[in-house]
Amino acid sequence: MELNLMVAGFGGQGVMMIGKLLSQAVCDSTDYNVTFFPSYGAQQRGGTANCYVVIADGDVGSPKPALVDQLIVMNDVSMVRYRNNVRSSGIIFTNSSLVQSSAERGDVTVVPIPVTEMALELGSLKVLNIIMLGVYIGFSGLIDEDLVLDCILRLLGKKPEFIELNRKAFSLGLEAGRKAKEKV
Amino acid sequence: MEAVYSRTKTLNGNLLGFCPGCMHGTVFKLIGEVLEEMNIDSSTTAILGIGCCGLAQEVVSYDLATAPHGRACAVATGLKRANPDTIVFTYQGDGDLASIGLAETIHAANRGENITTIFINNGIYGMTGGQMAPTTLVGMKATTAPGGRDPGQHGYPLHMAEIIDQLIAPVYIERVSCNNPANVRRTKNAIRKAFRNQIECRGYSLVEVVTSCPTNWGLNPGKSLGFLEENMFKEFPLGVLRDNTEVK
Amino acid sequence: MSKKLFLKGGEAIAEAAVRAGCRFYAGYPITPQNEIPEYMARRQPQVGGVFVQGESEIASVNMVYGAGASGTRSMTSSSSVGISLKSEGISYCASARVPMVYVNMQRGGPGVGTIQASQQDYFQATKASGNGGFRMIVLAPSTVQEAVDMTYQAFDLADRDRNPVLILGDGVIGTIMEPVVLPEMKSDEEVAALKAKHHGWAIVGHSREEKRGFLTPGFWSTDSLEAHCLELEKLYSSWEENDVQVEELYLEDAEVVLVAYGTSARIAKSTMEIMRDEGCRIGMIRPKTVSPFPARSFDRINYDTCRCVLDVEMSIPAQMLYDVRLGVKDRAPVECCLRSGGNLIEREDVVKEIKKILEGGGR
Repeated sequence: MELNLMVAGFGGQGVMMIGKLLSQAVCDSTDYNVTFFPSYGAQQRGGTANCYVVIADGDVGSPKPALVDQLIVMNDVSMVRYRNNVRSSGIIFTNSSLVQSSAERGDVTVVPIPVTEMALELGSLKVLNIIMLGVYIGFSGLIDEDLVLDCILRLLGKKPEFIELNRKAFSLGLEAGRKAKEKV
Repeated sequence: MEAVYSRTKTLNGNLLGFCPGCMHGTVFKLIGEVLEEMNIDSSTTAILGIGCCGLAQEVVSYDLATAPHGRACAVATGLKRANPDTIVFTYQGDGDLASIGLAETIHAANRGENITTIFINNGIYGMTGGQMAPTTLVGMKATTAPGGRDPGQHGYPLHMAEIIDQLIAPVYIERVSCNNPANVRRTKNAIRKAFRNQIECRGYSLVEVVTSCPTNWGLNPGKSLGFLEENMFKEFPLGVLRDNTEVK
Repeated sequence: MSKKLFLKGGEAIAEAAVRAGCRFYAGYPITPQNEIPEYMARRQPQVGGVFVQGESEIASVNMVYGAGASGTRSMTSSSSVGISLKSEGISYCASARVPMVYVNMQRGGPGVGTIQASQQDYFQATKASGNGGFRMIVLAPSTVQEAVDMTYQAFDLADRDRNPVLILGDGVIGTIMEPVVLPEMKSDEEVAALKAKHHGWAIVGHSREEKRGFLTPGFWSTDSLEAHCLELEKLYSSWEENDVQVEELYLEDAEVVLVAYGTSARIAKSTMEIMRDEGCRIGMIRPKTVSPFPARSFDRINYDTCRCVLDVEMSIPAQMLYDVRLGVKDRAPVECCLRSGGNLIEREDVVKEIKKILEGGGR
């Protein structure tokens, strides 16, 4: 088994944290090998940010594969730039609040979830990445959701109000991801 | 008969390879006497620069390493930080300290490293053979400035003691010479003070010794002294630039 | 066994160094290795060690020369263009016999190149890391776990030989996060004992009855320098016998033998595994020490089955290729699969080259 995931978006959208939380949870709670590879541009602010997560039952070969099985895009630029980096029959999760472009190919599943709007409804744009992580786990069922939530609460927000916010954001995403899965 | 004077035990008796009229030998003798009098020679390490000062490596009896050209203050920083009990001094010429090693010199001083720097300034490259130094006087001839130092082409002599005096961290900066017995005594006192600062963990001390280089100046030792006093002292006036050793 | 942690390559290396007894680190910022100095800045004070941000790579490596000369386990790190600046200090350490460990997280080159990962410094690492023809043991990790284990070992090798040891990583090893198990932390007593072992030669001050500490990277007498070089040569030769580390896979039946190190190797190896599952007889030689190079591994290739040896590296032009050719000694053709500029080798690149060879018929 080997699963390649790429997460892409603007700097500041918490793109890296999606990959980091997911891979940390895999490391902590499974026997799989996992790599997290952050790929930064030279710009410190306002550039694009993306990262790769590779999960395998054997050794991980390339931590930054040219073609991935799954792609999470948080903005339109990333959709246009990376939609052809997904393998045939792969999945693209999109932040449909910001992604207007379509995949322009019929051989992939697109899961559009308006995470920016959902985050605004929750009262904090900061948690849009946590919602998207919830979507991904809800849809893929990759690992036990409680293990991921544990990881989120351990690594993020030590203050009580953040704990509550992150918990809400994650379960909102989970629900949206599960619903989307039923529709496929 | 009572012995009233003897060679310092920190010089091992090997022949000093310095030219007649050169002051390196005097300065090494003074350093050795100070280390012996302060009873710290068994915990002292010299970090030598590149050039004539390297001739001392076979002559002194205390610990010693040679640094890459200009890097003595960086090597001394590493040694002192890793082993604070060792008394560490750098011994560098003008090409080493003020040209290729300018960055290492200034940054070590600026960090206030608890080390002692002995800077030998004779305005010329010695062992390499009389090339222009950053401290070569205007008009002074060098093998790489055959017409003499021309400010339009080469700029002006660098005043290292004054430059380091712009920094906040250093505790003690003095410019001395060894042209006469009184100045030799002053040099020894300056060296002693610089080592005492280190023992008391006060920080960075610089002793600049303005000296002669009869061989590369093309003058005999006597005339070199004259040139030193008339020209070098004018450009590099002797005296204490900073002494914060009483304030702690 | 200690717990599995999820760590960034650079941080894992830094922690492994601290656990190995490293108590002095000096470095200068450059991407992609900033995780190491940043980690050391936090960590060294916790263990009574020293962190200094030098004013340049040149100053940093010379601080390590000074610290290493006290017998303290000392380290610096940089990337490619910064390693060039350190070469003077490395050469001095090699000549003066000062143990030290340094890391090169390779980026693209020549010149400032790119901040992305590459393997463009193979010659610099293995052939001429500074003036004077000195040599070093160069360890090339493929995973974060291997980087940790090699860093831990590097300090022992540096101490044993009183010589610099290089960890040759790249931007991938420096920045990926992977699960790792960290080695045991050496106690303060152990670290002190390791330092004390060097007292005889270290320049920390010696009583008048003791022999003085005297580290000289230069000699006034030509005969003394020649004797020094002969002694170094003896040390370097001993590595060929004792210190080669290599992974050899399926050499007995391979039609194509891949040769790769570091990040290229993990990608090449996974390609090999996939292709073997499909029935292709692919083998592999993975140098874990690129110096000393595992030349004898090439004698264990079955040249009755081997149609080609494929050198896989992230360097254009190829560099390890020349060592591979020396190992193969014309017993099989040698081809290359190369990427550069910060682009990683892809499995697809390796597959394409292998197919070309297999479809090209016999030699």
